[in-house]
Amino acid sequence: MSANTALAEKYRNNFLKEIEEQVEMGDWVKMCMQCGVCSGSCPTNFQSAWEHPPQELFMMIRAGKREEVLTTTSMWNCTSCYNCIVRCPRKLPITHIMHGIAEYAHRIGKAPKMQATRFFSGLFWKNATRTGRVNELKLSMGLYFKDGLGAGIKEGMKMKDVALGLMKAKRLNPFELFGGHKCKDQKGIQAMLKKAYEIERSRKAAKMAG
Amino acid sequence: MTEHVATNETILVVGGGISGMTAALEAAETGKNVVLVEKNPALGGRTSQLYRYFPKLCHPVCGLEINLRRLKNNPRVRVLTLAEVTGLSGGTGNYTASIRIRPRYVNENCTACGDCERAVDMKVDDPFNYNLGQHKAAFLPNAMAYPQRYVLDPAIIGTADADRAKAACKYGAIDLDMQEETIQVKAGAVVWATGWQPYDAAKIQPYGYGRFRNVITSVEFERLADIHGPTGGRILRPSDGKEAKNIAFIQCAGSRDENHLRHCSRICCMASLKQTHYVREKYPEDGKSTIYYIDIRAIDRFEDFYQKVQADPSVTFIKSKVAKITEDEHGNAVCHGVNTEGYKRYTTPHDLVVLAVGMEPSVKGINIPGHIVADSSGFIEADPANGAVFGAGCASNALDVNRAVQSATAAALRAIQVVNKVAKAEA
Repeated sequence: MSANTALAEKYRNNFLKEIEEQVEMGDWVKMCMQCGVCSGSCPTNFQSAWEHPPQELFMMIRAGKREEVLTTTSMWNCTSCYNCIVRCPRKLPITHIMHGIAEYAHRIGKAPKMQATRFFSGLFWKNATRTGRVNELKLSMGLYFKDGLGAGIKEGMKMKDVALGLMKAKRLNPFELFGGHKCKDQKGIQAMLKKAYEIERSRKAAKMAG
Repeated sequence: MTEHVATNETILVVGGGISGMTAALEAAETGKNVVLVEKNPALGGRTSQLYRYFPKLCHPVCGLEINLRRLKNNPRVRVLTLAEVTGLSGGTGNYTASIRIRPRYVNENCTACGDCERAVDMKVDDPFNYNLGQHKAAFLPNAMAYPQRYVLDPAIIGTADADRAKAACKYGAIDLDMQEETIQVKAGAVVWATGWQPYDAAKIQPYGYGRFRNVITSVEFERLADIHGPTGGRILRPSDGKEAKNIAFIQCAGSRDENHLRHCSRICCMASLKQTHYVREKYPEDGKSTIYYIDIRAIDRFEDFYQKVQADPSVTFIKSKVAKITEDEHGNAVCHGVNTEGYKRYTTPHDLVVLAVGMEPSVKGINIPGHIVADSSGFIEADPANGAVFGAGCASNALDVNRAVQSATAAALRAIQVVNKVAKAEA
């Protein structure tokens, strides 16, 4: 192999193709014309929260910045307000693409581990699938203690008055911490979710292998 | 202007703007008989509503004046104003068009002296100025109107003002009993040159046209700059009449947008670049233009025009399609968006925002009488299935004046070929 061929091979830009094939709705990325309406319409003020607004992410994908795109927290900040989809002059399903990239980054282990949206999504999934019911007390406690015991206690104390108010209004039951309520057919729902997860995983694994 | 009988060797030209006038004259000057149909009371179309043309920044009066002179000298063109084609039957070499003619209430005795205008009080919206101002209900459509004859607005009929106008006329030119009529015209070929209309900016909801008075369209801006316009050529804000010195131009307002017009309207970039010259002309000291764009498409060979505007320190270019416009407490229009060069958010107030609105065909393909093949935007395609109906100017594509005239000449040539064949067959 000549030096030229080796360099061409090494620098071949396949990231756009990777996104097109692996990410749901990823084949829309190439349609972006960089007008900036999605970023301008985003209610999330990305200068503090978003590292890269949507049309910058699309440009980075085309530029082959694989590592930067997959490890950024940007697409995890999407609130699914759909403003960008409504206004996009090329009708790109931007919200769906953001979630698609986030899911892909998570699937291949590139997503930032402690990003709050990602952490919460995992927590919610475990919480809801265990009993078939969401245990709100455990869910919020789990989120409070995300960054350690001290931070959790601090966060919990901050929300103390809200919790007491909810208890008074009978919207929060402290005994939920021990077990909690569950759905009628706990085993059934777990089997159903397991099957769905397997179907989804095998479909995506086939894509990744192919 | 002699009245000739239309036969199937006649060419019917629909639309009396720059394209229709050109097609009619090119055909007539080769010896063909032409019927030119215009919806408005005067010829000239959108070209006559411009302040200046690009790239030379001369006044449209010049180009139109040459065509009007050709028209006055040519007995082969029969001009019908206030007329619309409502039906078209037959085929190549043998068409019959139904033409509805609305009453002008003024006959050929009119000398355009203006006595009727002075006699009446009633005022109506002035469509020549895109309804930015009003004119008397007895009016000359514009300064260089052809035919140079007054018109009475239908709203005046039956009022005391109508009688005053009639009484004021020394030439017996006012006929209040004129009725709408429909005539049949035969033709061998049809040149369809109904031109374009600005896209309805109110449909671009985030830009607030119609809600914010200081958001206007590029065609309205032309009228503000023109000395015959509603402000006498001063660029003033519609909300409070304040001088508008800090002006934003927003490109692709409706164009290149799957939610609005799918096509690139081609002329808008050049039109906005041209309009920055108006700002500098009117406010040489402190006029300021900001162009928000996706990419500047200086069509044809106009890159040098773009470069000259770029070199002008009073013009700023921001690579961004504005996401939305709001209004602040001073009545300024505030542009919100993200500058894609550097990905920085901006919130910038301007005295006036000009939307460079897209072009859509005035008569969409589907609404043209007969079965005409048109593209997804409604522009007429060159297709054998159209028979001898030929699209010209902006009825066939989004074009500037220069290209519209080229397109019209091409359409005239195709129409001439058809009527020549008819003539040979009949000889």
